[in-house]
Amino acid sequence: MEGTLNALVVLANYVVIPATAYGAQLALGALGVTLVFGILRFSNFAHGDSMAFGAAVTILTVWALQAAGVSIYPLPTALLALPVGIAATAVLMILTDRAVYRFYRRQKANPIILVIVSIGVMFIMNGLVRFVIGTEDIRFDDGARFIVDVRGFKAATGLAEGLAIRSAQVTTLVTAVAFVAALFWFLNRTRTGKSMRAFSDNEDLALLSGIDPERVVAVTWIITAALATTAGVLYGLDKSFWPTTYFQLLLPIFAAAVVGGLGSPLGAIAGGFLVAFSEVAVTYAFRRAAGHVMPEAWMPEGLVQLLSTDYKFAVSFMILVVVLLFRPTGLFRGTAS
Amino acid sequence: MRKTLFATTAALALAAVSAQAQEVKIGILLGFTGPLESLVANMAPGARLAIKEINDSGAFSLGSLVTVDGNTGCVDAPLATASAERLVTADHVSGIVGGDCSGVTGAAFQNVARPNGVVMISPSATSPALSTVETDGYFFRTSPSDARQGIVMAENILDRGIKTVAVTYTNNDYGKGLADSFAAAYGERGGTVTINAAHEDGKADYSAEVGALAAAGGDALVIAGYIGQGGSGILRASLDSGAFDTFVFPDGMVGDELETSFGPEITGSFGQNPASAGEGAGVFHGMATAAGFNGTSPFAGESYDAAALIVLAMQAAGSIDPKVYKDKVLEVANGPGERILPGELGKALEILKGGGDIDYDGASGVELVNEREAAGSYREIEFVDGKLSVVRFR
Repeated sequence: MEGTLNALVVLANYVVIPATAYGAQLALGALGVTLVFGILRFSNFAHGDSMAFGAAVTILTVWALQAAGVSIYPLPTALLALPVGIAATAVLMILTDRAVYRFYRRQKANPIILVIVSIGVMFIMNGLVRFVIGTEDIRFDDGARFIVDVRGFKAATGLAEGLAIRSAQVTTLVTAVAFVAALFWFLNRTRTGKSMRAFSDNEDLALLSGIDPERVVAVTWIITAALATTAGVLYGLDKSFWPTTYFQLLLPIFAAAVVGGLGSPLGAIAGGFLVAFSEVAVTYAFRRAAGHVMPEAWMPEGLVQLLSTDYKFAVSFMILVVVLLFRPTGLFRGTAS
Repeated sequence: MRKTLFATTAALALAAVSAQAQEVKIGILLGFTGPLESLVANMAPGARLAIKEINDSGAFSLGSLVTVDGNTGCVDAPLATASAERLVTADHVSGIVGGDCSGVTGAAFQNVARPNGVVMISPSATSPALSTVETDGYFFRTSPSDARQGIVMAENILDRGIKTVAVTYTNNDYGKGLADSFAAAYGERGGTVTINAAHEDGKADYSAEVGALAAAGGDALVIAGYIGQGGSGILRASLDSGAFDTFVFPDGMVGDELETSFGPEITGSFGQNPASAGEGAGVFHGMATAAGFNGTSPFAGESYDAAALIVLAMQAAGSIDPKVYKDKVLEVANGPGERILPGELGKALEILKGGGDIDYDGASGVELVNEREAAGSYREIEFVDGKLSVVRFR
């Protein structure tokens, strides 16, 4: 019995908890990608760097708040600074839209042209972020670090294995749930949300019924900015802020959006968790967990690991390829990508 | 009136040029950015300190010394090669202190320094691979090979009664070389390495890597990585998930950041880095403090020695041509002759000018073996109450 408990604790500590937090971050990122795809009809490659920009502005605000002595301990100051980051990112996105995307939209450019344009925007944002905050690795999580720590858990339960739950992981999950709930309420219940969905379903009909397209586009960018900044800040709180890692996040985020079905918000969330759990579970070595439940004699020699951790990013690729081959519309029947 | 002024200025300028002796340029090719930048912050001043001391002494008879910086990025071989190329072809340096990390040092040396015939003395490249590469006599290092550190680390761990360890290394020449030499030495002496896995630098999240290391188990985790990079990530993730309690830090991990970022969390962990117990280290530390940098930081003393060796060899050969003075490097480093400590460079230059012999000991007790590298004495460190303390020298 104790063996089983120990095995469960090991799995929770190394697989379930990290993957859940990571999944929530991916889900928020994928929601932003899927929203832009659904309403503006192109894959926004600049999304990863929008996350970095939002996180960078939030960090600058955190520093300003810290200097002013403002703190909401045990919660991280970043939560207080988040609205500033969102506002700055929203302004940047709307300016980018006015300066770049609107031109191509008026020309009714092919979506692939918009994709290429977004890659250009990505490089500019990438440079902008480095220019603003530098290329260093930054930790800005100043709240209480642990809710449950390993030593405390061992002492409380008497188990051989420890369990750690970091406050950043819980913050991530709670914030993500709150955000997603607010987004769904907005899309399903408010007039603006309904007009966005109408615009997404059929652009011409929406225009005929008097929906202002520029307003829909602007609102979409603002929501995308909010999602991107929140995802970026949560990822930075959980791990650490490093401009280049957000670019690397692009692949799992797109994998998540495609798995769920591009354009489907529910799909993006499911996809985020699916990709996160696959990445962690496929590269996790199950030897230690197995050791607690299996008799000594059956103990395997190897690490019981499907793939070496070097191949973590390959997991997203594999999921992408499999989904595109067998179910191009994704799990939740989004647009064929 | 104006004409006179011009004429005077011109004459003065001319006089200044002719009065100035020939400029001898020394390149400092280190990773001013990248994983080792926190160490380079004390290494580059170390090298400059030696040059300044020599210039101030006025005893160098071949000209006045100027340093030129080049960046390696520590792990960026194309950048290091381009920087070395600039130092050699545009700045015409007569010798190079550097590079810092093993991979870029090898690249800069084989692509630029060796074909152009410029002497390179690295203060911190420790890969065993550099012990065997062809050098044509142009490459030296004041740091020892990691083959030696592997043995020292194995003994250090076994002396503490730890029989099984997990090893993770940064995926490059330095990490792989050190991890392999350690695994061999540890195995020979009866220890068991449960896993020897690489990690990539420059990621935000190392929980998956730590998960695999934890699954393999072991009484301690050896992190053969960089403190400013993946090494910190692995350490942070291991502490957070409670995967390991005791850590072993080789030279790339020993830095001020360990104390400031981790402090009390790593009490009981230990490690070692190349450093000498000799008299020179103490003298150098005092000089460094006066000059405003940390002389006990890893490789700071070695950097001072690398710069000093280049200039002393020039003086001994009576030439700033690398093709000539390269043959004198071992002679001034290993003696026989008068023993030279840091702060005595002026005296050493005078002795050499008078045709005498010196045995340069410097800040790190320089003694070059294998015709290129330091024999290697290591400082064993341990964290007591969150502070780095030196246990002894091996």
